[in-house]
Amino acid sequence: MNQIVEKTWFSDKVAKIVVEAPRIARSRKPGHFVILRVDEQGERIPLTITDSDPEKGTITLVVQVMGVSSAKLCSMNPGDKILDLVGPLGQATHIYPAGTVLACGGGVGVAPMLPIVEGFKKAGCRVISILAARTKELIILEEEIRRWSDEVIIMTDDGSYGRQGLITAGAEEVIQREKVDACIAIGPAVMMKFTAQLTKKYNIPTQASLNAIMVDGTGMCGACRVTVGGQTKFTCVDGPEFDAHQVDFDELILRLGGYRDEEKHASDCKCNSHHS
Amino acid sequence: MSTYQEYLKGEREQTWRAELRKMTPNKERTTIERVKMPELDPQIRIHYQDREVNLGLTAEQAVLEARRCLDCPTPTCIEGCPVSINIPKFVKNIERGEFLEAAKTLKETSALPAVCGRVCPQEKQCEAQCFYTQKMKKTPVAIGYLERFAADYERESGRMSVPEVAAPNGIKVAAIGSGPASLSFAGDMIKLGYDVTVFEALHEIGGVLKYGIPEFRLPNKIVDVELTNLEKMGVKFERNFIVGKTASFDDLKAEGFAAFFVASGAGLPRFMNIPGENYNGILSSNEYLTRVNLMNAASDAFDTPVLRGKNVAVIGGGNTAMDSVRTAKRLGAERAMIIYRRSRDEMPARVEEVHHAEEEGIEFINLTNPVEYFANERGRVNRMRVQRMELGEPDASGRRSPRVIEGSEYDIDVDLVVVAVGVSPNPLIPSALKELKVSRWGTIEVDKESMQSSVPELFAGGDIVRGGATVILAMGDGRRAAAGMHRYLTGDQTSNH
Repeated sequence: MNQIVEKTWFSDKVAKIVVEAPRIARSRKPGHFVILRVDEQGERIPLTITDSDPEKGTITLVVQVMGVSSAKLCSMNPGDKILDLVGPLGQATHIYPAGTVLACGGGVGVAPMLPIVEGFKKAGCRVISILAARTKELIILEEEIRRWSDEVIIMTDDGSYGRQGLITAGAEEVIQREKVDACIAIGPAVMMKFTAQLTKKYNIPTQASLNAIMVDGTGMCGACRVTVGGQTKFTCVDGPEFDAHQVDFDELILRLGGYRDEEKHASDCKCNSHHS
Repeated sequence: MSTYQEYLKGEREQTWRAELRKMTPNKERTTIERVKMPELDPQIRIHYQDREVNLGLTAEQAVLEARRCLDCPTPTCIEGCPVSINIPKFVKNIERGEFLEAAKTLKETSALPAVCGRVCPQEKQCEAQCFYTQKMKKTPVAIGYLERFAADYERESGRMSVPEVAAPNGIKVAAIGSGPASLSFAGDMIKLGYDVTVFEALHEIGGVLKYGIPEFRLPNKIVDVELTNLEKMGVKFERNFIVGKTASFDDLKAEGFAAFFVASGAGLPRFMNIPGENYNGILSSNEYLTRVNLMNAASDAFDTPVLRGKNVAVIGGGNTAMDSVRTAKRLGAERAMIIYRRSRDEMPARVEEVHHAEEEGIEFINLTNPVEYFANERGRVNRMRVQRMELGEPDASGRRSPRVIEGSEYDIDVDLVVVAVGVSPNPLIPSALKELKVSRWGTIEVDKESMQSSVPELFAGGDIVRGGATVILAMGDGRRAAAGMHRYLTGDQTSNH
């Protein structure tokens, strides 16, 4: 169980890891995440499932090196075993025939977005995906996203690939060009915040997948609490996806930094590595 | 006379018991003073998260304390025990020096004697029903200390007995969650010959015994020994497995599981919903204790971080609040405070825990309630506003209900706040089984005798039914559920509902 069967580096900080987890491979749905612990000393870290193969009994995770825990995970190789792996956790994405869906993925946020894009495409939607990153080498899973998208727009901060600019610039162009019925935004909290502000202006229902700090992932600790529509919600059991127009992103951003001073020797829980 | 009373009577009439009673007259027994539990010095223990406060009785102390027990013809103490331990039998075994026999007696009905000897509120249970308490108005026999002594003696002797189990009947049953209710259920079911698997969501078995109760009150290695014992009896443990998520109930039925015992605990921590409560540095007792106890966050060798505070406020007056505030003290807090809205008399925490906390220099700010939190520019809490309370008429719980004193607000400097105001039932199981009947508080509704739910093959107990109780009540539920499920599976369904 939990044996790594494949590892590919997308860039020097981002790796794709395929792990044996037959039960999770069968039961997971888009939007679900797992919690894993690499070794006895390790933290419990949440990672959204990128893909699964029920026949081979594997799930795919995308990890960005952020701190000790994600570095440990990324240093593992095929044949190594992850000590603990539990899931699938969280609420699955609400997938429905939405019409035209605009999918905005920032950095490693593209990884959890992939199954959602696939889901909406299979539900008969027109899917326009925007992949954004700081620079060319941080654009991931482009080919996979293209498979399930009617159109893919690439945006980089430095203009090294696709068009230069922020994700919101690309999104606004699409919105002005055609009718968008629903939007999903997954990436760093600040990117989701501005995407949500934009789509709110145009009244487009938007889901964001939040990357809160977690410990147990089953509702027990409350570390992942977030304010949605003025009410406290637990990202792990109520989410991880919420109505982006209702999420208090400023609070989320502050909370993501809650353990910054403690992370000198230990790593961060905030990694939820696919996200930021 | 019930068969159980006949059994007790038969045990009491054994020659060795009768002779022991004759050896020391009751008059002499009642003049012995109750033993005092040796404790680690408060000034030393506040520096160690992992050193137990209660050190345990010596053999001499235990024998002397056991001699106080009058071996009553009608042992009312047993009625106070949710798992019906044959208390006089184990106590008298200690008196005659048969410590291993005493331990065996405990294990006839309790899956976790070394745990119960440490964390049970005996003062409200067996010891409250003791003849000394009831009829003589004297301090009761220290049943809890003796229980711990016998269990510890057996463990340290290296001669742990494994209770006998019936021949396997080939029927697969599952326990969901691995806290005290499940472990107690598993112990009884394996004895009856069932094929028992315990499913746990976390990476460690033990539930609240592992993530909740700190090392200084219940060392994990003590819990592990009791788990090994269950494993030796044949109980299987599946870690990292969430029933209803990792696999559905239907999946597990297809794999041959005939019935389920749900003891998934009171998962969700409650907050007070006051302004500023989501600032950094304000966390639930579940989070705080899980980081320290389960994830070893206080140790540099482990990756999980924990926030440390100079001025730590813990909100609440229960055992979890005491565990949290004493943990904060051990992690270096200069000021570790309990903020509680009622007075000392209404505190639900065990008297012993409050007493230990006081010895350790914990400040008690009673009749006080937080109303708002303030933070620095980085969002870290730095101040809390509280208001004073006074006690009014008794409420539904029988405790006098607190009332706000208008205009009594003042501020306290804090840099860490732990909220320990209770928990709500974990919704994972109810949400996975739509046909399951739950109360409006989210607890699973069961028949009180059999612990059977509205789904016939599903039984439940512990906090998911009670909404927040003690280790021993959960264990009692586990035992009743085992009996109820056994009746259900052996065809005698009329006795349920």
